Amino acid sequence: MNLTSQYLGMKLRTPLVPSASPLSDNLDNVKRMEDAGAAAVVFHSLFEEHIQSESRQLHHHLTHGTESYAEALTYFPELDELTVGPEIYLNEIGAAKAAVAIPIIASLNGSTLGGWTEYAKQIEQAGADALELNIYWIPTDPEMQASEVESRYLEITKHVKAVVSIPVAVKLSPFFSSFAHMAKELVSAGADALVLFNRFYQPDIDVEGLEVSPNILLSTPMAMRLPLRWIAILRGRVHADLAATSGIHRATDVIKMVMAGADVTMLCSVLLRRGIGHIRVIEHEIEQWLQEHEYDSLDQLRGSMCQRSCPDPEAFERAQYIRGISTSWRTISNL
Amino acid sequence: MKTENFEMIDGNEAAARVAYQLNEVIAIYPITPASPMGEWADAWAAAGLKNLWGTVPAVIEMQSEGGAAGAIHGALQTGALSTTFTASQGLLLMIPNMFKIAGELTPFVLHVAARSLAAQALSIFGDHSDVMAARATGFALLCAASVQEAQDLTLIAHAATLRSRIPFLFFFDGFRTSHEIDKIEPLEPQTIRAMIDENLVREHRARALSPDHPVIRGTAQNPDVYFQARETVNRFYSACPGIVQRAMDSFGDLTGRRYHLFDYHGATDAERVIMLMGSGCEAVHETVDYLNANGEKVGVFKVRLYRPFDVNAFAQALPSTVKSIAVLDRTKEPGSAGEPLYLDCVTALQEVGRTNLRIVGGRYGLSSKEFTPAMIKAALDNLKEPVPKNHFTIGIRDDVANTSLDYDKSFSIEPDDVFRALFYGLGSDGTVGANKESIKIIGENTGYYAQAYFVYDSKKAGAMTISHLRFGPRPVRSTYLISKANFVGCHQPEFLDRHGVVDQLMPHGTFLLNTPVGPEELWSNLPESAQHQLVEKRPRFFVIDAHKVARQCGMGGRINTIMQTCFFAISGVLPPERAISAIKESIRKTYGKKGAEIVQMNLDAVDHTLSHLQELQIPDHVLPQPRVSETPLIEGSAFVRDVLGRILAGRGDEVPVSAMPVDGTFPTGTSRFEKRNLAQEVPVWDEDLCIQCGKCVLVCPHAVIRSKVYDAPILKLAPSSFKSREARLPEWKGLNYTLQVAVEDCTGCGICVDVCPVRSKSEARRKAINMQPQLELRESERKNWDFFLSIPDRGRRQLSFANVRETQVAQPLFEFSGACAGCGETPYIKLLTQLFGDRLLIANATGCSSIYGGNLPTTPYAAGSDGCGPAWSNSLFEDAAEFGLGFRVSLDKQREFAEELLQRLRGQVPENIVREILDADQRDAAGVFAQRQRVADLKRELLRLNSDEAMQLLSLADTLVRKSVWIIGGDGWGYDIGYGGLDHVLASGHNVKVLLLDTEVYSNTGGQCSKSTPLGAVAKFASAGKRTPKKDLGLIAMSYGNIYVASVAMGAKDEHTLKSFLEAEAYNGPALIIAYSHCIAHGINMTTAMLNQKAAVLSGQWLLYRYNPEQSQNGGTPLHVDSAAPKVPVEEYLNLENRFKMLSKSRPADAKRLFQEAQKQVDARWQLYQQLAKSGSSSKENVKA
Repeated sequence: MNLTSQYLGMKLRTPLVPSASPLSDNLDNVKRMEDAGAAAVVFHSLFEEHIQSESRQLHHHLTHGTESYAEALTYFPELDELTVGPEIYLNEIGAAKAAVAIPIIASLNGSTLGGWTEYAKQIEQAGADALELNIYWIPTDPEMQASEVESRYLEITKHVKAVVSIPVAVKLSPFFSSFAHMAKELVSAGADALVLFNRFYQPDIDVEGLEVSPNILLSTPMAMRLPLRWIAILRGRVHADLAATSGIHRATDVIKMVMAGADVTMLCSVLLRRGIGHIRVIEHEIEQWLQEHEYDSLDQLRGSMCQRSCPDPEAFERAQYIRGISTSWRTISNL
Repeated sequence: MKTENFEMIDGNEAAARVAYQLNEVIAIYPITPASPMGEWADAWAAAGLKNLWGTVPAVIEMQSEGGAAGAIHGALQTGALSTTFTASQGLLLMIPNMFKIAGELTPFVLHVAARSLAAQALSIFGDHSDVMAARATGFALLCAASVQEAQDLTLIAHAATLRSRIPFLFFFDGFRTSHEIDKIEPLEPQTIRAMIDENLVREHRARALSPDHPVIRGTAQNPDVYFQARETVNRFYSACPGIVQRAMDSFGDLTGRRYHLFDYHGATDAERVIMLMGSGCEAVHETVDYLNANGEKVGVFKVRLYRPFDVNAFAQALPSTVKSIAVLDRTKEPGSAGEPLYLDCVTALQEVGRTNLRIVGGRYGLSSKEFTPAMIKAALDNLKEPVPKNHFTIGIRDDVANTSLDYDKSFSIEPDDVFRALFYGLGSDGTVGANKESIKIIGENTGYYAQAYFVYDSKKAGAMTISHLRFGPRPVRSTYLISKANFVGCHQPEFLDRHGVVDQLMPHGTFLLNTPVGPEELWSNLPESAQHQLVEKRPRFFVIDAHKVARQCGMGGRINTIMQTCFFAISGVLPPERAISAIKESIRKTYGKKGAEIVQMNLDAVDHTLSHLQELQIPDHVLPQPRVSETPLIEGSAFVRDVLGRILAGRGDEVPVSAMPVDGTFPTGTSRFEKRNLAQEVPVWDEDLCIQCGKCVLVCPHAVIRSKVYDAPILKLAPSSFKSREARLPEWKGLNYTLQVAVEDCTGCGICVDVCPVRSKSEARRKAINMQPQLELRESERKNWDFFLSIPDRGRRQLSFANVRETQVAQPLFEFSGACAGCGETPYIKLLTQLFGDRLLIANATGCSSIYGGNLPTTPYAAGSDGCGPAWSNSLFEDAAEFGLGFRVSLDKQREFAEELLQRLRGQVPENIVREILDADQRDAAGVFAQRQRVADLKRELLRLNSDEAMQLLSLADTLVRKSVWIIGGDGWGYDIGYGGLDHVLASGHNVKVLLLDTEVYSNTGGQCSKSTPLGAVAKFASAGKRTPKKDLGLIAMSYGNIYVASVAMGAKDEHTLKSFLEAEAYNGPALIIAYSHCIAHGINMTTAMLNQKAAVLSGQWLLYRYNPEQSQNGGTPLHVDSAAPKVPVEEYLNLENRFKMLSKSRPADAKRLFQEAQKQVDARWQLYQQLAKSGSSSKENVKA
């Protein structure tokens, strides 16, 4: 069965791409991903904020208490080589490129414009096949207008595109007042692909300890509804590849996303839960499903259920909620 | 002069560079002020730097200086070119091996940063006491007087030792040379190569022990031949001076820098001469020049090769015109006919027949005491006297034996063309670091010669630093502090109030002040004394709000780059653009490896500084200021005020001999008189939220948070802002409770707030103790603190110590120490004094705990309201266990004798007193209290009897009251240098208790690796990460089976710590408590450091356990593992601490491997302890199994 997909100018064997996660922190895992049939790998993110924080902490600890007391003018040895920049990440990219044949898509989260562009250049030089911009921050300032937030996304995209020649995808949050417009603007700014959607660390409250304790909840299949909708809406409307991420756990989830218009489908929680080898299981089930339903290839169904192609385009629009309920009732009453 | 061939480095680095190049085996051990030489060697080896022969020297840390000397002896005997570095007590520990190495005619250079020896007190500072103590070893003694010489003579020593076969002790003055940064001409590799004769290296190797050509050395000789054998070496010693001089000559040919065994400088027809060694030569050199230019005929006679003492060279170097010599020794030999150099001079002149000279000896500069041109002039003037004072002292006022020479303190020879700058800063604001960079910029970017020297505080928290920078057109020989400065920078505005920072400013100089006060209000905010001086001296006056700029640039409290930029902008030492460019280059070089973020932050600070720098016009008049009630610097007894107060005010140099105790004995409890007001923010009690758990009191490193329970009527006298609530503990029903903070003693570490378990139900960020600005609380809390102290303490006998809450109302008898803010050690000591302080004797190993425990001017051990409290002493680093055992054996013997005497006096003393004393149960505080009462009754009876035996018993009666002997030390002591003694003392079965404060590094000397350092941790001497696991000291102690052993971590389980202390004290035998002590050297957030302790326990990296042999005797299981099975991966804990993270950043692959190995070891250790704990049989068998 032909599962070939095109993404960021690359011909991929399947649409199955592990998304940015701690799994790709380890070269052995990247090799296992290739072995399990991953078509490409999105590397874990390089966080500029993390690098800054590490750098500041290191500086603090290497200077704290020094030059105060005659017997202990310092507390750590003077080391010539310290890796506080992106070197480790860049080396990992290089090592992964050398170890596997599948494309390596780097992921970058910057905090300054200079950081976005500088690290993007370095990532390209390290050999990444493409770059995913993992743009997010929480605009908490009540004085900040939506247009300022949008401008920042666009500015980052434009600047990064200006300094690299590898394809650039933008991974987005859904929290824009006019998401379709935002998507179009990003593509105009140069995004070669849009990745829908980013899942954030969400704060939780420890009611015993009275602490705010961020934790990570793995996605469930329910989480795919949001990207499903927007991929279906954007398919054919924006001239960029579309990657679906969030809640894709089963072969049917992949098929739904591709039907909605996704060029690739990204996997994370399912791999954390069931292991990297599960990529192979999903691929096998996709093939089975396609065969059972007598499709020639995956491409045949790509976009078949997008808003433009589906039998009921309004189903993806706002009124869908009410209609959905009535549809459900109708379905149930038919039983 | 050219700038490109010069470098700015200090004496330690200068010597270490050459030593590293010329050796194959380097044994190291930390000791101030020589530690940096070993640190350099370790860092260079870790970085793969090769020596002259293209191989990386093997650098090995030993467990003591004695160990280092042994290892070096072995390395030399087997043919390796080997060296080590040391000072002071370390040199003393090497002496036995030095005799051997010299006796075997072994080429070797021992590098010494000369330092005082511990006598009436320890001192880390410089003099020649240590070197002089080693002069009988047979080593050649070669001395450098400057940083340049420290480098040059190191090479000459190496060349000469190979040729002469005499080992060399090469030394320079601790701190003054070891830590002074100077502009020197570095040695070219070809110079080093040219000085070393490869044939001699091969000869050294050929003499090595080898089974391929077997010989034996180290034999035992008998009366028949030992003497003769000892005399065989004479020809080598005779030849040595000539060999050294030839090496000096060769060196001079290669470099142009010429040295002689004795270097005379001064008038060719000099009549009066000072003879000395070390850095003082430089000060005498420039003073002599000054005096000769003003019509005198004087000179300086510099001794470079002190042993072997070449009488002929000495005589030849001394001008024939000399009529009198003052021989200055930087050491003291009580009871001698004179100090060593003086005696050698007398002998030499006698032997060469120059008996017409007048020779006097004097002592100067002990413990880095200042040695100034004024003192030098006085020493030379003394020679003008018809009968010059002999065996004089200079630099102090000896009003007891009247040895001291008077000198004119105003005499100065500082030339106009030397720029002198003084900077007053805090340790934490980066002032010293910035000045080190500044002097390098000046030295390396201008034709000026430059010098920098730094003076530090004796306290670790809130320490003031003073940087002394000089630069000028000639080599700077001023080896003394600046007293007349062209430029004064005051980096902390509060120093103006107390430290007289304008005193040293010269008229029409430049004064730079960092202040948050705007120009309009500034003048009226300056202290009147400062205003007076500024009006009188009319300097250019610049101000900047450096902290504001620092905040804007994200630099927090570090104002270093900002003040450095101001200095260059104002001083004009470099053209502005070049200065800015040089500063920026220096920033990139210094901070580059810490990341672009840090570099940018500092570059931003440079760019933002100049727009904030303002020059102000000094008004013509002084604005009188309203009198505010200032906290006196120090209160207390006349001794405390007059002696300690003067030291505290920076006027310790003025204290006369008569004011000092003759035997090093000082009163305790003096830290309470010193109000340091360090904290910007202090904890404030929320009495409504507080559950009175006592945790904040327990963890407070400086004992500034106290709690008391008391009868409510006392509150009638309380200040209106004094807080009180009903006590919550059922046992305290009806009483009131107060948690009080000594805000003027607090360091603001915030660890108390972090451990507070209570949160407000309506505003979760609020705890039962919260940080608030100190200034607005100072007045009211001072009154509250005084009132709090007036509330009677609940005596120990009234407390059951059943839980932490109850212990924390006991008065700590260890308070307000100079430990680091957030220190992890001091809470344990404080707890110890709360529990057993009234009967406590402490034998303290040298280290952090002896410094914050016993460094003048004020000391933290205190007595309670009953007058009883810890008696404390420090013997040495290595012998604390034996010292403590001595206490125990002595006390036990005296008690035994007292009991015998009491028996003998039966019938004369009321029987009930005798019986009750002999049968007394003194297991707890109540029992001890009751015994004290009985002994008081006994003493009254003995006075009444007034017989010989009664008087005998009277002098011993106090020993009938139980005394607890606790030995305190760090892991450097317990795991390394003192381990042998500790092992023996624990094995002795005597009733001594050991509190081992385990910071897992040598904290006091700056974080060197010990055998306690965990696998994978980066520490000094383990730059590449520790490759071996931490020694399991507790397990070793348990193997004896009769030692109480506990491993505790207060931050993980405080009740467990308390229980362990109580059980250790109750156990009738030796006890060892290994206490996890977080430390600034771990690279952690000290405010939340108790969480690190918790994380260490949760990961299993640190186990909590108690091993109580009594349980075994009762048929139970002696070992109780009190921590739960590891819950988090070890790596998660390791990543909390910079000591481990640094390895990930420097050697990621090694880090990964070592961290995995650490996990395996933690798992294995947990299994082993589980196995041991399950068995009820003797631990000895288990451990062996």
